[in-house]
Amino acid sequence: MLEINNLHVKLEEEDKVILRGVDLLVKPGEVHAIMGPNGSGKSTLSYVLSGRGGYQVTEGSARLDGQDLLAMEPEERAAAGLFLAFQYPVEIPGVGNMTFLRTALNAQRKAQGLDDLSAGDFLKLVREKAKALKIDAEMLKRPVNVGFSGGEKKRNEILQMAVLEPKMCILDETDSGLDVDAMKLVADGVNALRNGRRSFLVITHYQRLLDHIKPDVVHIMAAGRIIRSGGPDLALEVEHNGYADLLAEVK
Amino acid sequence: MALAEAKRATLAARTAGLTVVSEGWLGTARAAARARLAAMGLPARRDEYWRYTDPTSLTAADPSPARVDGEEEETPVFTAIDRVKLVFVDGVFDAKASDDPRLAGVEIERLAEAAARPGHWARDLFGVLEARGQSPVDRPLATMNTAYATDGVLIRATARARKPISLIYIHKSETSDAILHHCIKVETGADLTVLENGPAAARFCKVMEVEVADGGSFHHVRAQGPDHERRAVTHVFARLGARSMFKSFTLTANGRLTRNEVVIELAGADSMAHVAGATMGDGDFHHDDTVFVTHAAERCESRQVFKKVLKNGAVGVFQGKILVKAGAQKTDGYQISQSLLLDEDSQFLAKPELEIYADDVKCSHGSTSGAIDETALFYLQSRGVPKRAAQALLVLAFLSEAIQEIDDEAIAEDIRGRLEGWLNRHAR
Repeated sequence: MLEINNLHVKLEEEDKVILRGVDLLVKPGEVHAIMGPNGSGKSTLSYVLSGRGGYQVTEGSARLDGQDLLAMEPEERAAAGLFLAFQYPVEIPGVGNMTFLRTALNAQRKAQGLDDLSAGDFLKLVREKAKALKIDAEMLKRPVNVGFSGGEKKRNEILQMAVLEPKMCILDETDSGLDVDAMKLVADGVNALRNGRRSFLVITHYQRLLDHIKPDVVHIMAAGRIIRSGGPDLALEVEHNGYADLLAEVK
Repeated sequence: MALAEAKRATLAARTAGLTVVSEGWLGTARAAARARLAAMGLPARRDEYWRYTDPTSLTAADPSPARVDGEEEETPVFTAIDRVKLVFVDGVFDAKASDDPRLAGVEIERLAEAAARPGHWARDLFGVLEARGQSPVDRPLATMNTAYATDGVLIRATARARKPISLIYIHKSETSDAILHHCIKVETGADLTVLENGPAAARFCKVMEVEVADGGSFHHVRAQGPDHERRAVTHVFARLGARSMFKSFTLTANGRLTRNEVVIELAGADSMAHVAGATMGDGDFHHDDTVFVTHAAERCESRQVFKKVLKNGAVGVFQGKILVKAGAQKTDGYQISQSLLLDEDSQFLAKPELEIYADDVKCSHGSTSGAIDETALFYLQSRGVPKRAAQALLVLAFLSEAIQEIDDEAIAEDIRGRLEGWLNRHAR
């Protein structure tokens, strides 16, 4: 599904190297978690994969089902099935949440050679998905993320994911700023999307999200590289001992 | 003070050959306007009020030719609205192309016809609000309009109008020079909507005087354009009675030069005036909104919402003032002017002003200039929306606060439609 080879990335306008040779293989249906201390390059990886500007790839490759992600515009990556749930979902005053969702869905359908979904079918689809995430009609009417609480913003990300049905989902610190109940709700939303084919890359600081979204593989990232990979136990080890031991080991 | 020689010469050249009407009450009003104009002269670049907009092409003896682009260039507006159409071709009323004016359920007459009737209601309005609007700033082009207007309509609503009145300005001749003067009276408790669209002429000078009596409501929505080379200066002078309402929205897309002046006097307590504008300019485009709102009574509310999207060297100007007179307590005044600059070549010049002589008022103003929000753009793209469409969506979002000032949803939808059409053609 997602295949990253020896990915090196620096900031476009500064001589600051952030990723120094990332290798990662996520197979269909798998859930991978990336953990690591602040500044290790986790969020940068998610931005580079989704095509945000400001970064320069100096070496390496990233492929989604064999397609060269790095050669595509952000919207083409989305149409190819990539989705990034933002750490800080963006507020867009003046654009209604429903308009946003519908524009996005129909743009992706168009890219895939499908007709627009009718207004009725779209409404039905969104209502059904929103209900499961406890998103009320009022929230859907408001401008995108404007006046949403932290939890509402994150649920809105998962709603977009549920409506757009991507095949590769990247969750960038989706647990940050959430209380236990909100985290449970978001995790349930993610788990409901697991179907044996869809893959997930879950970026997090803490092990607690992984209690709810059970990963198949856990990676530890530090200084722009994946320094260790293992099973779910690796996350528990980090939770217990912190990153210091692991970092010392590598040095 | 004697008028400078240059100003006198400009005025003589500009008004040479314009129609002089001397009969009846209209003749009297026009003679008075000519005298006022002779004392003022026409505006020049050195005048403070014209500092950001060069009036030369508006005061020149002859209009610069303007190509007729035709409606097919733009997404049509108001076509699905059940309205009474009054059509002007190059500034001349075309009865054949117009609907029967009686269908609107209000009185409608041509200016020239009313002039012959003594004691006409318009006698107390024609040139009267325009003259009141000359203080504290001269607006000579409006006075010239009162003195020499070639046509126009007088509209009086005594109850809720059955349909909106739609003034359609068709531009046929590349060298047409039109001066139109309309007077509108909304009587106590009446309700009227006036729509305007079309380029009108190569050069267009228009005055609309609007008197809204106690408890009356007036809605005004216009779409200026589409011919790119046209030049226009328009004025709205409004006086509001107690508990009355005035709402005006203008969309401008295209046009080489546009100066829209709006002068409002909130004369009766508890009245409300909202003026809004959405503007999109690409390239050789200069658009000026000059607004003057006077609060002269207690507990009135005013709003000015102006948004401009500019690219490829387009220039936007906003001069907006709120004057709160002594005694106009509990005034609620709001003013916002914002521009979205799509590149580094475009310019927005804003001069927001507040002048307050009452001590218990709430007035706020703000003015900003900014580029498109790259984070929001990426967010939309990351959801699969192509860059062009994402940009168009963000531009519409930016303009939405102004469009929200239109009460009628069907009319607002038309305005959005024209905006979207424009964005599709002008996306980079």
